[in-house]
Parts: sequence; structure tokens; C-alpha cells
Amino acid sequence: MQSEVMFAGFGGQGILASGKILAHAAMEAGYEVAWIPSYGPEMRGGTAYCLVVISDRPIGSPVIKNPQHLVAMNRPSLEKFAPMVKPGGVILVNSSLIPIRCGRTDVDELIVPATGIANDLGSVRIANIVALSAFVARSKIVDFELLRRCVNEEFHGKESFIEMNTNAVEQGRKAAA
Amino acid sequence: MAKVLMKGNEAIGEAAIRAGCLNYFAYPITPQSEVAEYLSKRMPDVGGMFLQGESEVAVGYMLFGASACGARVFTTSSSPGISLMSEAISYIAGAQCPAVFVNIIRGGPGLGGILPSQGDYFQATKGGGHGDYRLLVMAPASVQEAVEMVMLAFPLAEKYRNPVMILGDGLIGQMMEPVEFPDHLRTEPTNKDAWATNGMDTRNSKKSNLVKSLYLDPKMLNDHNLHLKSKYDQMKREEIRYEAYNADGDYKILIVSYGTMSRVCRTAIDMMKEDGLEVGMIRPKTLFPFPEKAIYDAAVKESCQKVISIEMSMGQMVEDVDRCVKGRRPVEWYGKCGGDVPTPEEVIGVIRGLL
Repeated sequence: MQSEVMFAGFGGQGILASGKILAHAAMEAGYEVAWIPSYGPEMRGGTAYCLVVISDRPIGSPVIKNPQHLVAMNRPSLEKFAPMVKPGGVILVNSSLIPIRCGRTDVDELIVPATGIANDLGSVRIANIVALSAFVARSKIVDFELLRRCVNEEFHGKESFIEMNTNAVEQGRKAAA
Repeated sequence: MAKVLMKGNEAIGEAAIRAGCLNYFAYPITPQSEVAEYLSKRMPDVGGMFLQGESEVAVGYMLFGASACGARVFTTSSSPGISLMSEAISYIAGAQCPAVFVNIIRGGPGLGGILPSQGDYFQATKGGGHGDYRLLVMAPASVQEAVEMVMLAFPLAEKYRNPVMILGDGLIGQMMEPVEFPDHLRTEPTNKDAWATNGMDTRNSKKSNLVKSLYLDPKMLNDHNLHLKSKYDQMKREEIRYEAYNADGDYKILIVSYGTMSRVCRTAIDMMKEDGLEVGMIRPKTLFPFPEKAIYDAAVKESCQKVISIEMSMGQMVEDVDRCVKGRRPVEWYGKCGGDVPTPEEVIGVIRGLL
């Protein structure tokens, strides 16, 4: 079994970081993982995406035409990648910034105002953690408690961020319910 | 040690430290700058040194100088940077000093682009610099393998007193995968008394060492070249490494592919197998020495109709594959440059087109 998750949005939205946390959690769960970033001439505000491949056997191609799931943090990402998602996958739409929907009936569309929730919690910068948590809660791609642990580990040594991110994880989980 | 999730570039830096290399010279260039970033933080922790040169030309000679003194040295760069180092590489090979070069290839020629490519195959395996020299070239297909090859590169460079090159591409450098690091190796080249200009009082031998590549006497230069050749011949006998994939049974097509591209081919082979089409693959792990016999033997298998070299370059490795197959099977080529790595679906389309 192999599944792939595409995270996409603006540079600065924490796209690469959320992918890394998921890859870490999946590795801890015993899966083979690969995290593949986009690395064009990137800049804050430009587009950014990364792909996380999770598999129970050695991962072959790091190049994937059709990912299983998509976490879209802005509109251009949704428009570009939603048509590529495999039927049956989860498409998370950050509805705070995306006024449209994915337009597909063969996927599980998860509408989460991630940026709005993050703002309410005190920082727009944790929108990625809200979205990641909502995605994991819905897709069950890894155990949710493991995700919680890996988010904490990611911010190890930055104690002031941990509480905020812990809240983001919880609010994300609720948003997916 | 437990598995950790690391970017290829960072893992390469850590692997060098674990291999006992505490002397790193470099000049930043995408897509390998994270090696320098990582080691600028990490080297001071382990009592090592990272010196950023004023250019890649300088970096190449910093390696030469430090290696001549008996230090274990390495650098990392990407294609245009390796071009600038090529003069020094030739001198280092000529003077028989060990050194490790990592090339995380980007698209070319010229400035090209910053995305993955395998366009430096010729540069790495056939020259780059001037004169009759060879590099021992290894091409990793995963972050774990990059770690293992970097750690192997130092003892091999010292065994042959010759530069070793790790040839990766932008994806190997940028991708994160779980890695496990083996234990520390030794921290000093064990055979350095044979060549290092480290001071007569530090070694038992009464012989003074001279590091040079200048031989004006024609006979001496010819003898020197014959000696170098004997080392390259020894590499061909002792250092060939490759992986055969789905190559035990009967296959109609044989793929030869390396590095990132071979992983795409592996997935394509699995997908074709599910549809009842058997395709085998030889993946060279060493590009020099090249797995000549393995490719020949796999190509002449009765079931095999054609051989194809699939590479992210415009027909470079295919020349070596063609040479190995000796006309016994048609040898085709498929490749793509620019950084758009072919997908498994694309590879399948190409393979089906051969039948």
C-alpha cells in the first residue's frame, strides 16, 4: 500500500514544514517515507508545494503524477492540483482563503477555515498545523496521537510555540469531525 | 543509531563527518547549498573546519593542498562549480592525492537550470579536466545510499590515492528520507605516510614525499600514466557495483538506468509486471568502473529483445551501454532534460513503444 499527500500553498504558509511533520510521523509509525519539496527559485509569497510519499515497502519513483490526497492552502494550488487527485482521496480546502470548491464528486472534500482558526488562536503562522491536523484526523493516514507527538517534537526547544501548536492540533481535529 | 528523517544534502554532510572527514571546503550553489549550511553549523561541534572559498577554482586547490598534507578532505558542488574545479581534479589525480567530490547535478549546459539532471555523466566518467585520468564515480538512488557511498568514498579515495566522485542529482539532494548512520570510521587516512607532505619527523620512513604532477621526461611521464592506468584497471576488477532488478526471470526489455531515474524505472517495472509485461533493469551504482559484464550478460539473455538506457540527459550513458552490449541487441535511448523528471507512466509509454 502506498499513499501520497500533496501540500500546496504560498511560500511562507509552512507548506514544507507540514509535509515534514507528516513524514516524520509516518516514519515513526514504521512506514517508508519520502518528502519531496518543490525547489524552484522560491520566495515568500510565491507558490510552494511538497509531496509526502508513505508506503509499506521501499519507495520507487519520487515523481508522482496523481497523488492520493491534497491539502490546498490557497486558490491557485486547489485549481492546479485538485484535478490530479486520485478518486477516493481527501482534498482539504483552506476555505478562509479559497472561495471556490474542488468541483469533484469522487473525492472526500474537507472544508476547513484553517487560516481563520489560526488567527483566532493567535497566529496566522499555525494555519499549516490546523490544516495538517484536520487532514490527518479525516484521512487517518497516521495515528492522531503520533501526529500530536511529532508536532511537539518539531517545536522542541521553542516552548512558547508548543502551546499554540498544541491548540492548533486540537482545533484542526475538531474541524475535521 | 535510530532512523532520522534528513534531506539528502544534510545527510551527505553528516556522512562525511562520520567518515572522519573534518575538512570541508565549498562554495554555495543550488541545489546543494544545504550541505554547506549544515556543515557550517555542525563542523565546529566536532572540532572540524568549513572554509568557504572565494570561488570553486580556489576550493579545488584548497582540497589539493590539504590532501597533500595528509588531511581527509571533501567538497560538494553542483555542475558549473564542478566545471570550475575540474582543473584541480586533474592535478589531484595526477599527483595521486585522495579527495572526495560530491556533484549534485543541475541542468546544463552553461548556467542551465537548478532542477535535477544527469547531464554531467560524461564530465564525471570521461574527464572534465585534462589528461589521462579517471574518477571513481558512484551514483546513489536514495538518501540512505548517498550516506553509504559518501562513507565508502573516503577509504576508496585513499586506497587508490585518487579523487572519488559522488554523482547525485537535485532530487537526491533535496529529498528527505529516513536514514541510519553507521558507526564512526577512522579519523585519519591510514596510508598517508606513503604520500603526505606532513613532515619527516612525523613518520618512520626516511623517504621524503613529493607531491607533483609535472613529469617533463617522456619516459617518466609514460611510466606515470601506466601506473595511473594500472589503478584504473584495478578499480575495474575490484570496485564495480550495481543492482539487478527483476532480472532473474524472462524479460523482453532490459533497462539500464541510475540514480533518481532508476527509481522511476523501478516503479514503472512494477506497474508493467502487474499488467503481465516483464522488464528487467541493471542499475549501475558505480558509473566508473561501469558494470560492463553485468549489462552484457543481462542483454544477451534469450528472452531479451532490446536494451534501453533511460537517463536525464541527452544520450550520454547510452554510449557506454551500447559499448557493453557489443551489437548483440539493439540499444535504444530515452531521456529528458530541464528538470522535469519523467514519470513512471511516461517510462511505460516508452517501453511499450519498443515492442
